[in-house]
Amino acid sequence: MRGNAAIHDLVAPGTLGAVLDLLAAEPGAWTPIAGGTEVMVAFAAGRLTAPKLVSLWGIPDLRAIEVAPQSVVIGAATTFLDLRRHALIAADLPLLAKAAGWIGSIANQGRATLGGNLVNGSPAADSSPALLAYDAEIEFISVRGRRRVPYSEFHTAYKRNCLAPDELLYAIHLPRRFARHNQYLRKVGTRRAMAIAKVALGAIALLENGRIREIRLGAASLAPYPMRLMQTEAALLGRSLTDDTIQSARRALLAEVKPIDDIRSTADYRRRVAANLLDEFLLQLRRVEAVP
Amino acid sequence: MRTSESAAPNNPWPAVRFVVNGEARIVSIPPMKRLLDVLREDLQLTGTKEGCGEGECGSCSVRLSGELVNSCLVPVLQADGAVIQTVEGLALNGKLHPLQEAFLQRGGAQCGICTPGMLMAAAHLLDHCPNPDLAQIREGIAGNLCRCTGFIRIFESVAAATSAQSAGSATTLTTEQSHHAR
Amino acid sequence: MSSPAPTRIVGAAVPRKEGVDKLLGRACYIDDMEREGMWHGATVRSGIPRGLIRSIAFDRSIDWSKFAIVTAADIPGDNCIQLIVADQPCLADGKVNHCEEAILLIAHPDKHKLREAVASVRVEYEPLPPVFSIEESERQDAIVWGTDNLIKTFLLEKGDVDSAWANAAHIVEGEFRTGAQEHLYIENQGVIAEYSKESGVTVWGSLQCPFYVFKALRGVFKLPDDKVRVIQTETGGAFGGKEDYPSTLACHAGLLAMKSGHPVKMVYDRMEDLAVTTKRHPSRVRHRTAVSSEGKLLAIQIDLATDGGAYATLSSTVLSRATLHSTGPYVCPNIRVRASSWATNYVPYGAFRGFGAPQAIFAMERHMDEIAAAIGIDPVELRRRNFLHVGDTNGTEQLMRDPVILDHLLDRALKESDYYAKRTKFARENSSNPVKRGMGLAAFYHGSGFTGSGELYLNSLGGVDVTLKGEVRVLVSNTEFGQGTNTILTQIAAEALGVEYSSVTMAPPDTGVVPNSGPTVASRTSMVVGRIIERACLQLLAMLREGAGLGAKFTHGEFIAACERYRAAHGEVVSLCRYEAPPGIVWDDQRYHGEAYGAYAWAVYVAQVAVDTVAYSTEVEDIWAVQEVGRVLHPVLAAGQVEGGIAQAVGYALYEKVVWENGRMANNQMTNYIMPTAEDVPPIHVFFEEIPFRYGGFGAKGIGELPHDGPAPAILNAIRDATGVAFNAIPLLPEDLYAGLAAAQPADEVAAR
Repeated sequence: MRGNAAIHDLVAPGTLGAVLDLLAAEPGAWTPIAGGTEVMVAFAAGRLTAPKLVSLWGIPDLRAIEVAPQSVVIGAATTFLDLRRHALIAADLPLLAKAAGWIGSIANQGRATLGGNLVNGSPAADSSPALLAYDAEIEFISVRGRRRVPYSEFHTAYKRNCLAPDELLYAIHLPRRFARHNQYLRKVGTRRAMAIAKVALGAIALLENGRIREIRLGAASLAPYPMRLMQTEAALLGRSLTDDTIQSARRALLAEVKPIDDIRSTADYRRRVAANLLDEFLLQLRRVEAVP
Repeated sequence: MRTSESAAPNNPWPAVRFVVNGEARIVSIPPMKRLLDVLREDLQLTGTKEGCGEGECGSCSVRLSGELVNSCLVPVLQADGAVIQTVEGLALNGKLHPLQEAFLQRGGAQCGICTPGMLMAAAHLLDHCPNPDLAQIREGIAGNLCRCTGFIRIFESVAAATSAQSAGSATTLTTEQSHHAR
Repeated sequence: MSSPAPTRIVGAAVPRKEGVDKLLGRACYIDDMEREGMWHGATVRSGIPRGLIRSIAFDRSIDWSKFAIVTAADIPGDNCIQLIVADQPCLADGKVNHCEEAILLIAHPDKHKLREAVASVRVEYEPLPPVFSIEESERQDAIVWGTDNLIKTFLLEKGDVDSAWANAAHIVEGEFRTGAQEHLYIENQGVIAEYSKESGVTVWGSLQCPFYVFKALRGVFKLPDDKVRVIQTETGGAFGGKEDYPSTLACHAGLLAMKSGHPVKMVYDRMEDLAVTTKRHPSRVRHRTAVSSEGKLLAIQIDLATDGGAYATLSSTVLSRATLHSTGPYVCPNIRVRASSWATNYVPYGAFRGFGAPQAIFAMERHMDEIAAAIGIDPVELRRRNFLHVGDTNGTEQLMRDPVILDHLLDRALKESDYYAKRTKFARENSSNPVKRGMGLAAFYHGSGFTGSGELYLNSLGGVDVTLKGEVRVLVSNTEFGQGTNTILTQIAAEALGVEYSSVTMAPPDTGVVPNSGPTVASRTSMVVGRIIERACLQLLAMLREGAGLGAKFTHGEFIAACERYRAAHGEVVSLCRYEAPPGIVWDDQRYHGEAYGAYAWAVYVAQVAVDTVAYSTEVEDIWAVQEVGRVLHPVLAAGQVEGGIAQAVGYALYEKVVWENGRMANNQMTNYIMPTAEDVPPIHVFFEEIPFRYGGFGAKGIGELPHDGPAPAILNAIRDATGVAFNAIPLLPEDLYAGLAAAQPADEVAAR
């Protein structure tokens, strides 16, 4: 234990308005902490430099799942256990429910929040491939108001995002229109539980008359931040799933991803496995197509 | 150090109130202090252990208002108003909790350092899932690392504790054992 | 084969002696303890792998008068951690030989002040070139230890290897490597030390061997025996990792206690523990084997090398056990094993469950499958044709006198695992499945107790006493750290004395109270110490019968009454016995020849794996572990030892990699050093065959280390069966499997699956 609690202040204003006022009064001075599964790790390792923290835990506006006919809106401080326990998410957004089960352990899932997972900005974030595949939108809030951006534009560089210093991540919006889509999500981690992704791929596609009408591929641990594989998608959009298509998609992916060597894996391995996961998805898609 | 001393008038820190193992407590301490350290240092509840300090090993698992948490990742301010259960609160009226009894009979504890956290994770599992299958048991304690047992006897202990009826079949899930004297 | 005599308590699944305390959270580990006026200690470490210390400066921003600071100059005795070779300083004096070497110690009443203080000590070095591999050490470009980098060598010879090659139908060669492995006990290392002129130094701590720590303290503090006291606290896992390192930590805390005038606690956090404490020795083993056309082993030549790290610690004895286990449980007339342990500039490697045997057995058992493939016979059949039997001699020409039932263990393992049917089925299914399955096995033995004359040198003393309160206490320095020492030794005492299990306790593991019954290592507690306790109990009964009129049959009350009569007439009621070697144990340490171990435990393990060719990951789907360990003293604890050892060995084979960056462990966090979780361990099927060993405690042989020997080779043999590719190094991570299976293929082609 390398942190010293006495040199950090932590306040819990209790309401969203009070938190936003605090951020507005001193933009950039306050570090939000929700379930603490990242901040407290940094604290114990002696890496937490933030002198002032504001708690988002227990603020009801931030921990709600609202279901509308066309969309699901998930409060940023919704925990992964909340997601796993929600019947509609399991039914309509199964990849997100699956990803929620990947987060650490039960104890971590009860504290870690969806918003925290995104703001933390790890290239290996467990929820990101699913959110990218589902075309999520992110909503920010501040005393100035609210705004929405596509999740695929949220991360801007390694551990950087487009939140302004006085803004909080408020909610994640997900469309409910994937009942006919073929869906795929696989994480290749260091082990089965308590694992960090070496590679993960989320994918969703809609076939029409044997051709791919819609496709999105979300990847983790293949770039400095979670990213859509746009060029790979382009290599597949409008095509039928011939061996040639699969081969060219594989080539597009290998050209597009930029994994690194680190203490958990190698760039070479990550590239190859990412390509294999894409194959696995496309072969699954082809099999589904073959069965009318 | 009892509550009254922690809440001394010259102490600049905010008061945090919670109930631990059925007892109301007030502590005045830095709000970022880890719940783990508050339990161990301020309340002398040393049954909860630190193994890694990063939420990986689960040795510090306690129950916080119904959820299982790694107490090393909870700043104490976030426990304000909470109901906390630690391993010290598991046995009732001097009788071992069924999980403790099962761990004792079936070799679920060896060195004992992961045991408090393991028991809390198992108790949490059984509250949410009274008759878990092996896969559910594995998932329920996957955040609690044990380096001694290989987990096999922990699976058996948890299965045995679920209920008298399921205990018999549960033990056959994982390990056959035979002792043929030759 | 004799049946064990009927017993009441031995062989029964009695509750673990200290189990209730552990389950209630009452058991007191070192970090749960406080002492009045206690300070906290921290360590300034080198940070460079090798160099000369030029200067040490203290940043003026810190008020150093509030700290206690200890350097090598403060050491009253020898600046050396006494173990086998006196090479490791307690604190670096002028030079450093690894990145984590302790240079200076700091204590303060507030533990939060320590981190900044440690960072405010600036050490200037003249760097020297480091050595980071066995190969670099062998080249001797830089001499980093002694005159030649060689910590220890052994030569084991039997028959005439050189003449055997010419007559061989086949000669098969192979090279095998194993990596460092971290113990990852869940309780980090820690001690509390007190010092006073009157009482000397007292240390409480998480440790395996109180008398090792005692010996180290005695040397560093230059104190007589009665001024040194070591007390083991409840210990949260050890696996060999708390065999030698606690001596260093105890000396450090003791020095700070002496300097500060306060009790000092030093408990490492996980990052420090992982970075600075010992690991399993990495190894490189080269085999060259001559085989007849019938598949008989004609000659075995082995070159075995270990990386010892920066100081000798236990490298010589680890190398010894590796040497003695390197030829496996097989008959071979001509053997030559050349073994060397090389110094490098890593943190010293140390004891870890199996103690060299897992490294050597990995190589031998992996190589057996390659021999079988090379000569075209079934790997099971190759082993069967070469197994040791009663009347054969092994590599040290030790005659197998006690029953050897390898054939039976093998048959049982094949039957329980349905080995042949599964191999056939998998061979049929694999071609059309991206998941390839396979079966692999390993046959092995593990010597119980210290090697050769080791037990005679230890000359262990242990026994029992009966206190004024009528408590029967087992008096040993052997410690409980999860394996069940407390339980099995009190079982043995209760059984031998004819009293209830509940009426026997363990005397505190305190060098001021208990005699030196040796270290708690080497699978010796059940067999060697258990036998001493059994004999001491029988001796106590004889004393009570002769000296206090105890009848042939007695109640507990009559037993206690006899003890009181004995006490009144003769003084304390205590019975101690020394180790007695089984007859016929002759060991020649020069020639490495003779009775290497009093007894061996025997085993055949089978692993079933599924190799996923999408992610290049291996799942162990099942493990069958069939073993003969003498009498099983406690069925639940014994199975728990086997299961725990197997899980650790699955980690060794497939998950656990120490990542080095310039001599420093880069993945020193539990997030990044990957041990198997509850979702990763396979189902483990444990089977015991029991043949009581006459000279072990109620027939017991060693059990604790055996299960770490077999899984790694069985798993890699199964991967070979599944994929057709031979992998000869562990840990075998998915990245390595990928390199072996797919790297040769262009990445942009769909893998042939």
